[in-house]
Amino acid sequence: MSDAVKENARKQRPEYRNIHVTDIVGYRLPLAGIVSILHRISGLLMFFLLPFILYLLDQSLISEGTFGYFSGIVATPFVKLVLLALIWAYLQHFCAGLRHLVMDLHIGIDKISARQTAATVLVVSLSLTALIGLKLFGVM
Amino acid sequence: MAKDYVGQGKIGPKRLVVGAGYGLRDWLAQRVTAVIMAIYTVILLVCFFSGKDFGYSGWSGLFAQQWFKLASFVTFVALLYHVWVGVRDIWMDYVKPVAVRLTLQVFTIVWLLACAGWMVQILWRV
Repeated sequence: MSDAVKENARKQRPEYRNIHVTDIVGYRLPLAGIVSILHRISGLLMFFLLPFILYLLDQSLISEGTFGYFSGIVATPFVKLVLLALIWAYLQHFCAGLRHLVMDLHIGIDKISARQTAATVLVVSLSLTALIGLKLFGVM
Repeated sequence: MAKDYVGQGKIGPKRLVVGAGYGLRDWLAQRVTAVIMAIYTVILLVCFFSGKDFGYSGWSGLFAQQWFKLASFVTFVALLYHVWVGVRDIWMDYVKPVAVRLTLQVFTIVWLLACAGWMVQILWRV
């Protein structure tokens, strides 16, 4: 094979690389991909806020007095927002986790069902979060 | 000598092909711990909403029972392992410099162990 032919083949060969951080905005993830990245984001969020959850649990359990203090903090709008973020993270992680466990049993691993279950996970976790949010902020 | 290696599964068709060899164990542990936490979630919700007292005495009464303390403790240990596997995966995927990655992994362990100590204190103070 001559050098010219080699050169030509090299030029036309498509090249695939990992996406760079700067590509994220323009990169369209499939639904299953969105569920996948949200699994990581929600997990990491709960990891970082674990001491806050323990603090609230601690205050709610020590005594009648600290329980009152706990009820007070939980009633402030900012803490309600943080709690709602945690509730979303928990529900998202829980639903997507169930999907993972089912898929580990080789159920619903074809492209179409994977997309459908990903959509189901998003709909269920977001609507439950919305319901609890309405309850939390006293709208309902 | 070679016989010993065969005995340990290091040679032959059943040899370990992956260097560290903890992939399957951690994968399985993540699933098992997930199931434990899911079951605990259901138990907690059922116990809480089946009660009549939603104030301090009802809430602390639930945690005062020995079986509930132990269930909470076991679930927290499951959570510890689950989070370790998950968060370590995140650092391994996105953080390439070895020094930064190691620091984050050590931080993760310290963070989780401290939380576990606190959880024990919370549970056995009730």
